[in-house]
Amino acid sequence: MESKNFPYLLPAFAFSLVLLLWELLARYSGWNEHVFPGPVKVLFGMQELFSKGILLKYSVASLFRVTAGFYFAIIFGVPFGIIIGKLNLFKLFFNPVIQFLRPISPLAWIPLAMLWFGIGDKPAIFLIFLSCFFPLTVSTSVAVSTINPTFFQTAANFNFTRFEVITKIIIPAILPNVITALRITLGIAWLVVVAAEMIAVKSGLGYLILDSRNALRMDLVMDGMIIIGVIGLMLDFFMKRLAKIESIFWKPAAQ
Amino acid sequence: MGHVVIRNLQKEYIERRCKGRSSDNSSGDRGDNIPVLSNITAEFNEGEMVCILGPSGCGKSTLLRIIAGFDKSFSGSVLIDGKMINGPNPNHIFIFQQGSLFPWMTVWQNIGLGLRYMKDRNMMKGKIRKYVDMVELEGFEYHYPYQLSGGMQRRVELARALAVNPDLLFMDEPFTGLDFLTHMRLREEVVNMHEFIGKTIIFVTHDIDDALIMGDRVVVLGGRPACIKLTCELDFPRPRDFENMPELSRLRSEIFFMLGVPCAV
Repeated sequence: MESKNFPYLLPAFAFSLVLLLWELLARYSGWNEHVFPGPVKVLFGMQELFSKGILLKYSVASLFRVTAGFYFAIIFGVPFGIIIGKLNLFKLFFNPVIQFLRPISPLAWIPLAMLWFGIGDKPAIFLIFLSCFFPLTVSTSVAVSTINPTFFQTAANFNFTRFEVITKIIIPAILPNVITALRITLGIAWLVVVAAEMIAVKSGLGYLILDSRNALRMDLVMDGMIIIGVIGLMLDFFMKRLAKIESIFWKPAAQ
Repeated sequence: MGHVVIRNLQKEYIERRCKGRSSDNSSGDRGDNIPVLSNITAEFNEGEMVCILGPSGCGKSTLLRIIAGFDKSFSGSVLIDGKMINGPNPNHIFIFQQGSLFPWMTVWQNIGLGLRYMKDRNMMKGKIRKYVDMVELEGFEYHYPYQLSGGMQRRVELARALAVNPDLLFMDEPFTGLDFLTHMRLREEVVNMHEFIGKTIIFVTHDIDDALIMGDRVVVLGGRPACIKLTCELDFPRPRDFENMPELSRLRSEIFFMLGVPCAV
């Protein structure tokens, strides 16, 4: 009951509890301020980053890489998943390769990505593409292959063309599942970008963390972590919103 | 239009399940051919409401799917209006047992499915409107199927099928899963609709009362493999009821007996 009436009260309470524990730990644990900075120091660090303009610049840089890699993954992964899900021959052909490549962490590709794409945005975008492409392809193909076969028979009955089968049946039928998959893969992309930025580039939130560590500024490291968390939360919020559009969520079981 | 001739129809399924675990696997075959339909010969006239009756699992739906062109692996011949069947056809609309409305389309879009190539948009709108009104779903045009009750969903499906003005309508147990009252009401509606449009309807059911109340002709399938046990024309006026029509009542008992229920109430 109460959680319904005050949807922000409990989360706010949880966050303030964490903050309080943090402060207490920083103050009484006996650790040096440089090793374990308290919330106040981190806040000043944040202000420092903000006034230098680094915060906005790095966030935008990270978001740009995620967006680019994510879009490439959608453009290639979803159609590929539809083909695999619909045509059994393609599935038999490609599925083993996909299942083999899928468990390889995108981070394992870092040396190759740097060699192929050099330094800059490109290797990071490539890594994000890889991290999103396989899960997206697999969940799309599963969604396609579980479409009720009656729908295809009805389509044949009403003389649907192949194009109509794709646009009027397959795409609307898989959309709810694909949106869920997008939400999950965007989360993965956001995880991977930080790691990718620690190696190949000189901007972005991952770079901020690495650079601050080299400068022994743990408060700025924590700032980087906080910003990553906040942006990740926002991305997830937007994806959740997307799934609530009525024409996409025609299913009764929407949460 | 809507004249159906079936000659010597045979259908077999291949049982793929391996018998391997049993000890006497000497024959070594991968699966048996299980005959489902044997020697079905029948003729349905134009404008008839044909009810195919039979116990569950006897092959009624298989027969219907063959006539509708969804299943092409059979021997014998099926002719509709003098032509061999050749796959599904927008002139022969199939209403599926499980419901085949597209859940991502509104009632309006679903009913308009078969009319999507009409050039004149206003005429198309008028036609959709007409069928929405016909199945009494005014006010639900922009609802999605999941927002409707089971009976309403069947009505939308009916309207979608009728909107293309098909020569032949296949119904595969369209009343399953409906409550008793909705079942009765929908049965009445289908009978009225049939009198009104005069199309051939082939209706599969396991409900003997449905078949006798609705049909112009009843075909009883039975046995394994299934063959036609009985086919008779019902020349009774409508509305029918068993109490005032002793002839119909007698037929009902006979069919019940034939399907293995000796003392039906």
